[in-house]
Amino acid sequence: MSIDAQNEGRKGLLLVSPTFAYAILLLAAPLILVILFSFWTQDYLDLDTTPTLANYKEAWTAPLYRELMLRSLRISVLVTTVTVLSAFPVAYYVSFRVKERKALWLFLITAPFWTSYLLRVFLWKVILGYNGVFNSALLWAGIIDEPLQFILYNVNAVVITLAHAWAPFAILPIFVALEKIDRSLLEAAEDLGDGPVRRFFRITLPLAIPGVMAATLIVLIPTVGDFITPRLVGGTEGLMISNMIQVQFGKANNAPLGAALAVSSMFIVGGLSLLIFLASRRVGRVAED
Amino acid sequence: MTAANADKPIITLDNVTRSFGAVQALRGVSAEIREGEFFSLLGPSGCGKTTLLRMIAGFDEPTTGTITLDGKPMAGIAANHRPTNMVFQSYAIFPHLSVGDNVGYGLKKKRLPKAEYDREVEEALEMVSLGGYGPRAAHTLSGGQRQRVALARALIMRPKVILLDEPLSALDKKLREQMQIELRRLQRSVGITFILVTHDQEEALIMSDRIAVMFDGQIAQLDSPEALYRKPNTQRVASFIGVMNFLEAKASGEKGDKISLDIQALGKLDIPASALPAGMKSSEITRVGVRPEMMSIVLEGAKSTGHEIDAEIAESEYYGDMTYYLVSLPGKDEPVTISMRNTAGRAVLEPGSKTRVSFSPESIVVFR
Repeated sequence: MSIDAQNEGRKGLLLVSPTFAYAILLLAAPLILVILFSFWTQDYLDLDTTPTLANYKEAWTAPLYRELMLRSLRISVLVTTVTVLSAFPVAYYVSFRVKERKALWLFLITAPFWTSYLLRVFLWKVILGYNGVFNSALLWAGIIDEPLQFILYNVNAVVITLAHAWAPFAILPIFVALEKIDRSLLEAAEDLGDGPVRRFFRITLPLAIPGVMAATLIVLIPTVGDFITPRLVGGTEGLMISNMIQVQFGKANNAPLGAALAVSSMFIVGGLSLLIFLASRRVGRVAED
Repeated sequence: MTAANADKPIITLDNVTRSFGAVQALRGVSAEIREGEFFSLLGPSGCGKTTLLRMIAGFDEPTTGTITLDGKPMAGIAANHRPTNMVFQSYAIFPHLSVGDNVGYGLKKKRLPKAEYDREVEEALEMVSLGGYGPRAAHTLSGGQRQRVALARALIMRPKVILLDEPLSALDKKLREQMQIELRRLQRSVGITFILVTHDQEEALIMSDRIAVMFDGQIAQLDSPEALYRKPNTQRVASFIGVMNFLEAKASGEKGDKISLDIQALGKLDIPASALPAGMKSSEITRVGVRPEMMSIVLEGAKSTGHEIDAEIAESEYYGDMTYYLVSLPGKDEPVTISMRNTAGRAVLEPGSKTRVSFSPESIVVFR
């Protein structure tokens, strides 16, 4: 028996170790390195490994970094709001109104993923650009006399592009939460006097909160750190913290400061996620009152 | 049921049909459900009883025909505007709300002062013996408690009619029997019309004032439990409710208020003319039935009732209080079922024993 158990244990370890090694090598190790870097100092070509908090001091006090961090948060909160609000009706429609071929609908929702992220960002450039599809269409229709300039190379463009890119990630968890709602609960609510609107706010929405929360976190966390979209469609006012981190590790040749910025933003996003998580749990509990 | 409203209909079903594509779930149901009665829709699964209940609740509309509730036609009136409340088969307890908020769910719309709301909720909980359970989380309840909460949630609305969709089917046998009696008592004390959907004939017999037996989207018979059991009008109803022995029969003549029958295995017999269903001629009789408890095995020393035949015990099933015998009668291939109460000193007969079976002409049921 005990030999079997030992064998079993060894087998399990053997099975899990490639994944484990992979995770350590590619996730934990770089993360530790970044954290170490953030306490060092760049001395032109060399690294001074004397521990210091100077990088953090700069990251948290310099107006530029603070502004970029706040802007990143603002943009990603905006993106998350837009994405989740527009994903909810889609998820609701597929869950409650589509009777047949639900799988086909879900499959089609993932259609944007059939091409690369970069291509999709460029596509939005084509659509939103000065001579882009959107402007040409409006010009042709005679609605405007000259191309609109406020739609590309600014925050709006970043929000539109990111909201589109992350939509499926928001739709799917909300859809799953809605699918899990026992339909007899909705009938019971109607039976007890609720019209469709009251029923939605008293039953459907509170029970969909776990899905909405998951969607919020799934969209919020990665968009704070996105750097391709702001770089390509954000212009100067649309740049975000990760663009600055990239600059610090590259052109500015100040990896320790970049590392301090990265670690700081990681903690801010982590803290924010925790707040959202706790808040949504309370919302779920007091929704009735 | 009080005498004042004994015959006042609360629900009138007039030739109600329902088709789902090519499938006809209901093929013309007409019935009157009286105010304050405990009414059951009894039938096998797929007979349309749940469809009918959902139409009364407002979750479905008839394809043709009308449903009138408390004098008002219900066509086009949504479930949330009907004076009915439902106890769902799954109970449909809202998982994110406390027990109290589940019960008070329908009251919230009335915007009562908090004290009054709390009092009403507590009263409703007490009605189903769950006083003090208000603050508990819904998911901590057992199956039986969930069923009570679902009932309290309907009762608090003081509807004209409470609809129960197989409410006891998820409970274990003991709890089910207890709830049957409790539900019945509660219904009598509040005086609200209850409509129960069930496939369990025993449950329907125990709880109902009247039962509509449904087959294939139609009401086969609507009667009191006793009338249904004693005088089922078709063989199908007879075999769905309890056990019935079927015997070939032919009328050989009529004299006054008696009909002379020639019954397979039982021989020539005069039965009362009142046993004949209304509008049926004695010449149309082809089969009759006898309930297991209407025949008895003649034990030694018992007095003869006049109608006795030779028989042989084929099998016996011992149930404690009762013994069910399968008895072979001469002139019939399949054995008949006879039940005997196991009173003091009465022995259980072994298979193979020769005996005699007695019966009375009054116990013969004639089918349409």
